Amino acid sequence: MASKSMSIIVTKGSLDWAYPPFILATTAAAMGLDVTMFFTFYGLPLLLKKLDLQLSPLGNPAMKMPMAGMHMGMPNIASMIPGVDAAASKMMTNLMKKKGVASIEDLRAAAVESGVRLIACQMTMDLFEYTLKDMIEGPELGGAATYIEVATKSDINLFI
Amino acid sequence: MADQTLDAKGLNCPLPILRAKKALATLKPGNTLEVIATDPGSVKDFQAFCRTTGNELVESTTEGNVFRFILRRTE
Repeated sequence: MASKSMSIIVTKGSLDWAYPPFILATTAAAMGLDVTMFFTFYGLPLLLKKLDLQLSPLGNPAMKMPMAGMHMGMPNIASMIPGVDAAASKMMTNLMKKKGVASIEDLRAAAVESGVRLIACQMTMDLFEYTLKDMIEGPELGGAATYIEVATKSDINLFI
Repeated sequence: MADQTLDAKGLNCPLPILRAKKALATLKPGNTLEVIATDPGSVKDFQAFCRTTGNELVESTTEGNVFRFILRRTE
């Protein structure tokens, strides 16, 4: 039986949004699927050698963190203060560690190890002035047509 | 007795599955892997994992907050 396949377009690179594509890619690979991830726009920096992932509570009313037995959101006026994004990112990272959630670095390494095909969007590389030297070992360069070819042959195609 | 045991306690989704897949790959076909997890989502996830990969879920038991699975590598 030919194995099933999945492709994911990865468009977001914040700490929170980095999770769904890497969780699904690594799990699908573990379940025997051929997986391709296409990194474009703000998803592209997820391939950088050194990750410094941040998130922002600004304009994110659904982000409510467990605190002192309650769930606390943050008003936009507070989220705007310099340093708040960094503090919220640190808080999320600590919470994830405490709850046994893998780091993006670990999930990314697992994706590479399990043979997930990584495609870096050539146009985004040019736009944001990156080269393959800035990236981890493994990604290849490709454009929309490269992705579409993969998508036409995949059982599952996701845009995240 | 399983041929190998994987302690996945304290690990959250998808780590129990990823670690189990890695451990299964080191087993001979027919041999078994015991996975001990605390992630409640792992109960359904190991069922789905085994249905999709063809590995056999020999046992799935719950003792309090600890979930124990026996997987048999089929191919």
